Amino acid sequence: MANVISDETIEYVGILAKLELSEEEKEQAKKDMGKMLDYIDQLSEVDTEGVEPMSHVFDLNNCFREDIVTNGDDREAMLRNAPGQKDGMFVVPRTF
Amino acid sequence: MDILNLTAVQLASLIKSGEVTAVEAVQAVLDQIDQTESEYHCYVTIDREGARKRAREVQEEIASGRLTGKLAGVPVAIKDNLCTQGMLTTCSSKILGNFIPTYTAEAVRNLERQGAVILGKTNMDEFAMGSTTETSAFGVTKNPRNPQHVPGGSSGGSAAAVAANECFYALGSDTGGSIRQPASYCGVVGMKPTYGTVSRYGLIAYGSSLDQIGPLCKDVTDCATILEAIASHDEKDSTSVKRGDTDFTAALNADVKGVRIGIPRDYFTDGLDREVKEKVLAAAQLLKEQGAVVEEFDLGLVEYAIPTYYTIAAAEASSNLERFDGVKYGYRAEDAGELHRMYKRTRSEGFGAEVKRRIMLGSFVLSSGYYDAYYLKALKVKAKLKKAFDDAFAKYDVILGPVAPTTAPKLGESLADPLKMYLGDIYTISVNLAGLPGISVPCGTDGKGLPVGLQLVGDCFAEKTLIQTAYTYEQARGEVR
Repeated sequence: MANVISDETIEYVGILAKLELSEEEKEQAKKDMGKMLDYIDQLSEVDTEGVEPMSHVFDLNNCFREDIVTNGDDREAMLRNAPGQKDGMFVVPRTF
Repeated sequence: MDILNLTAVQLASLIKSGEVTAVEAVQAVLDQIDQTESEYHCYVTIDREGARKRAREVQEEIASGRLTGKLAGVPVAIKDNLCTQGMLTTCSSKILGNFIPTYTAEAVRNLERQGAVILGKTNMDEFAMGSTTETSAFGVTKNPRNPQHVPGGSSGGSAAAVAANECFYALGSDTGGSIRQPASYCGVVGMKPTYGTVSRYGLIAYGSSLDQIGPLCKDVTDCATILEAIASHDEKDSTSVKRGDTDFTAALNADVKGVRIGIPRDYFTDGLDREVKEKVLAAAQLLKEQGAVVEEFDLGLVEYAIPTYYTIAAAEASSNLERFDGVKYGYRAEDAGELHRMYKRTRSEGFGAEVKRRIMLGSFVLSSGYYDAYYLKALKVKAKLKKAFDDAFAKYDVILGPVAPTTAPKLGESLADPLKMYLGDIYTISVNLAGLPGISVPCGTDGKGLPVGLQLVGDCFAEKTLIQTAYTYEQARGEVR
């Protein structure tokens, strides 16, 4: 395997992805990601000199519209989906 | 007459003429569900009472002449990543296991306006990430053509529900083949339209630049009719395209005289199953006999589509799935302590292995120091893939090939080696990268009796050419052998 994923890299990706992996999951993730990156490395065979990266197939520009509210007040229905709510607001655990 | 054997369009026509009622139709499907659902498990949610009630209302509107749509009164199944107001929408994930949307996806709204009766929500690979429907948090779906095999994925529940007569048609979504491949495995018709044709408003995003909603159904006539109903320009989806030519049923003509069909030589390599190859080439021969001009050509870059796709799709997924944090909806880990620990624990417990794998890969390819080498490189290769298709469509109206290299694998054989599973997407994935329309039509069965799918791909906005070619093939083919 050409791509060897270090413990530090998996830790770092875990922080970016907001995932907490068990030791077993970490070992598996190192193997899986290494294998995938080896596979993706094939792309280096393609000569892309001077090629513009294409994020969208159509030449899309920003689509503007008037900022007018069209939906109703769904606050109660939306809050019913929340794991925690109080006084019309979402409840989250302490932040420090 | 067995109502269940009717196509969606045939059923709507009989409801309109009064020979069948929408209430009888929904009851026939619910009876079928009672018979076979325990074996196939096509659905995550079945709304029996809601469907009966809606059928009564729709029947009144049809009888009074207020509803005249081509699909009025026909029961439909919706993939569980399309939001339905007041009805559980889970993406087959634990993290959305209790989510009840406050609004309905635009494509589903369009069907409702036409008088559709929603039966429930179909099983899928978790967040549409997978090719077998085995990554669902709510159990596997089995292929009705042979329950030892997978239905394909990620819209496996939708394809299986159509194949099992547990609905008359279904909606699915296709990011890298997720409509066309399960349609192929289950022996039904499935289509991914040109990117931007169907509004993605209310579709829970996986890879936003690739996702499109489309039909899974019994034949090409249904396919054109459903696509005509769901296609719309929508200000709520900023990538929605304003196009005036969505009268797709106008293309249901059996005529391919002079249509130029190209077969990519590089699709017919060692990885392709011999029986699949024979059936697909026989379909090409049949179209030739109908007057199409069929030629082989070299498309190029075929093997680079999969690494390009998995880089881009994983990157977009890692961003799109950031919203699942245990605050606004869905699952929250208990007693996780402070906020950041709650986020991490919620996501780690709420997402399945394949979803985590893709989020991690996506986070990595977007991270500082790797962005240029992986993500940007993939976007450049995507531009070259698009160019290869542009060159092909300068010479051909339609590209013909297989949907998948094999027929449906057995249950339990795919997930152990993710990379091998990804390789099965080789013929479908480039179509999403280039934003093209593609349709899967049954073209035979292999020695084990499993369906083989023919894929036809058109240039952007050339759905009508595609539908006409597929319709001509279907008429010439007759019953699938």
